[in-house]
Amino acid sequence: MRIERDVMYIFIATLFLMVAIPWVTGQLSEEIFFEWPFFFEVAIGGLLAGVMYSLVALGFVLIFKASGVFNFAQGAMVLFSALTLVGLNELGLPMWLAIVMTLVVMLILAVVIERVVLRPLVNQEHIILFMATIGITYFLDGFGQTIWGSEVKILDLGIPSEPGFYFDGKILINDFDLIAALIAGVLVITLALFFQYTRIGRALRAVADDHQAALSVGIPLKHIWVIVWAVAGIVALVAGIMWGSKLGVQFSLALIALKALPVLILGGFTSVPGAIVGGLIIGAGEKIAEVFIAPLIGGGIEDWFAYMLALAFLVFRPQGLFGEKIIERV
Amino acid sequence: MIYREAGEFKTSYQKDQAILSIRQDNWFMWAIMAIAFLVIPVISSEYWLGTIMLPFLILSLAALGLNVLTGYAGQLSLGTGGFMATGAFAAYKIAIAFPELHIVVVMLMSGLIAAGVGILFGIPSLRIKGFYLAVATLASQFFLIWMFNKFGWFTNYSSSGVISAPPMTVFGDNFVTGPYATPVAKYLFTLSLVVFFALMTKNLVRSNIGREWMAVRDMDIAAEIIGIKMLPTKLKAFAYSSFLCGIAGALWAFVHTGSVEPLAFDVNRSFQILFMIIIGGLGSIMGAFLGAAFIVLLPIFLSNAPAMFGFNISVDLISHIEFMVFGALIIFFLIVEPHGLARLWQILKEKLRLWPFPY
Repeated sequence: MRIERDVMYIFIATLFLMVAIPWVTGQLSEEIFFEWPFFFEVAIGGLLAGVMYSLVALGFVLIFKASGVFNFAQGAMVLFSALTLVGLNELGLPMWLAIVMTLVVMLILAVVIERVVLRPLVNQEHIILFMATIGITYFLDGFGQTIWGSEVKILDLGIPSEPGFYFDGKILINDFDLIAALIAGVLVITLALFFQYTRIGRALRAVADDHQAALSVGIPLKHIWVIVWAVAGIVALVAGIMWGSKLGVQFSLALIALKALPVLILGGFTSVPGAIVGGLIIGAGEKIAEVFIAPLIGGGIEDWFAYMLALAFLVFRPQGLFGEKIIERV
Repeated sequence: MIYREAGEFKTSYQKDQAILSIRQDNWFMWAIMAIAFLVIPVISSEYWLGTIMLPFLILSLAALGLNVLTGYAGQLSLGTGGFMATGAFAAYKIAIAFPELHIVVVMLMSGLIAAGVGILFGIPSLRIKGFYLAVATLASQFFLIWMFNKFGWFTNYSSSGVISAPPMTVFGDNFVTGPYATPVAKYLFTLSLVVFFALMTKNLVRSNIGREWMAVRDMDIAAEIIGIKMLPTKLKAFAYSSFLCGIAGALWAFVHTGSVEPLAFDVNRSFQILFMIIIGGLGSIMGAFLGAAFIVLLPIFLSNAPAMFGFNISVDLISHIEFMVFGALIIFFLIVEPHGLARLWQILKEKLRLWPFPY
């Protein structure tokens, strides 16, 4: 991956601001406690939380790359897969079998979505497809809760959640977050290898580049869409497991899609590394702002800060940090 | 045979430029107006006026606003709820600060304030396009709702964060807000405003400004090359759209519910209004009304349907199934007619022209 020069500058500026602003507010205001170990603790916590956002954003990117559909249903898919997993587990299946069964369910879901929704809407405008995925969102939210009920369920994978101390006992980090980041990292590397070295992966990249050219060399577009939605479903399952064991499996899981959107536009709709880097920037920026800036303006800024941050980046790079450059011709 | 232009001779430019060029269309429109102004207030029950007609009219106005921005100017926006909230809270602050002002003036001023906020959040649209812009407008949605929740000044430090409309009158002492207002007065007041703004919008999109918007929508680079200035054109669209949304928000808070909290204008409201213009038809005045009618009536129908057919299901389950059916119906409509209900109406009119001899 080639990094352009202005992206480099934006990075350096961001890093500088992320350190400088908390330091300045810490010096100026009595309310804000600033100390280097504490700052790093917050920043690392934010980076790890950002990885969790990336997990959701990844699903968006996969589908957008391969089919140009802005899949708003990714959040609903996260909720649906987590609900299915917990539901099957409660029915008495062992966890590994429940995971396999959920994977099968997500695969079936991908086939159904391609058949029922995408195929009849081929060649429609993007906004129509976007709306259709919002329809899928409503449907999946209702469907999952109709089958499995709407009470909060606990998903326990045996990941320890006690905080551990690192770096001479100065910086406090949640072990769960570390493991989640590790799993996300493994997932991204697997996906990258899958895209780079398998036949299907190569076909996916071809479709992402140019639908028509891909069709004309004999790549079956319909199968590719099923595969891509299935892969997005698997990513949703991983995100669902991680978020579900963090927050409990409940309706609010569907809302993390709204957390993933700023990550998506910051990194660029078409870039897998963008989703990761975007997640890291948003996660760290959000946590730092929450601790070191929010007390000055009244707190509770997590609802919108990520969006404003992404907006600031977009003003400099309208296609996101790693998105494809938008070329327009008359 | 009957419904066609043939035989209708235009003898003046004014007639040539009429909005409805066919005589039957004209009669039809007047009939609808007569039904809306004279028949519905008489025959409808309070329940119908209060829970169906009022939300329908107010949300149509908001949909009209979004349709200007998304359907005509091509700027996808998910910030409608935020602009509606701006209108509602601006109206509240103005009405409390200047109690002697007429309610129409209050509404217009709140619309203008919402327009100002719209311009502010429209500035990024000069650089950001498409879905990037849609997500970026979510920033305005979340930021505005947070602001109204956070700062007590907007609610005059009410402890619950809820604003209540003071009683206000039109034409002497006909209350349209507050506890003494009758549903009929509320309905007629809202209807008059909505009809006025619909007519204004229709004329605006036929004018110079509207043509510029459409040029920008179809291809902004080409529009720029033929000499349309991006900055004023896009900002005008944002301003006018938020103006209408702001008035809709003020009507919602003052006339419909009477008291409102910022959560009434959350992101789901924005999606709801986006649904309206997609289902109704992008870039069509008629579509905003058809879509609003559909989206307002559908949930009411869905929540009453099980009882109608004699099923006995728990409330919790009904709401989930309602979600499911709503989503499925949205997808169904998009597949059947991606260009919305307004397009169906157009097809019907084309058919009518040839009826009863289609060959």
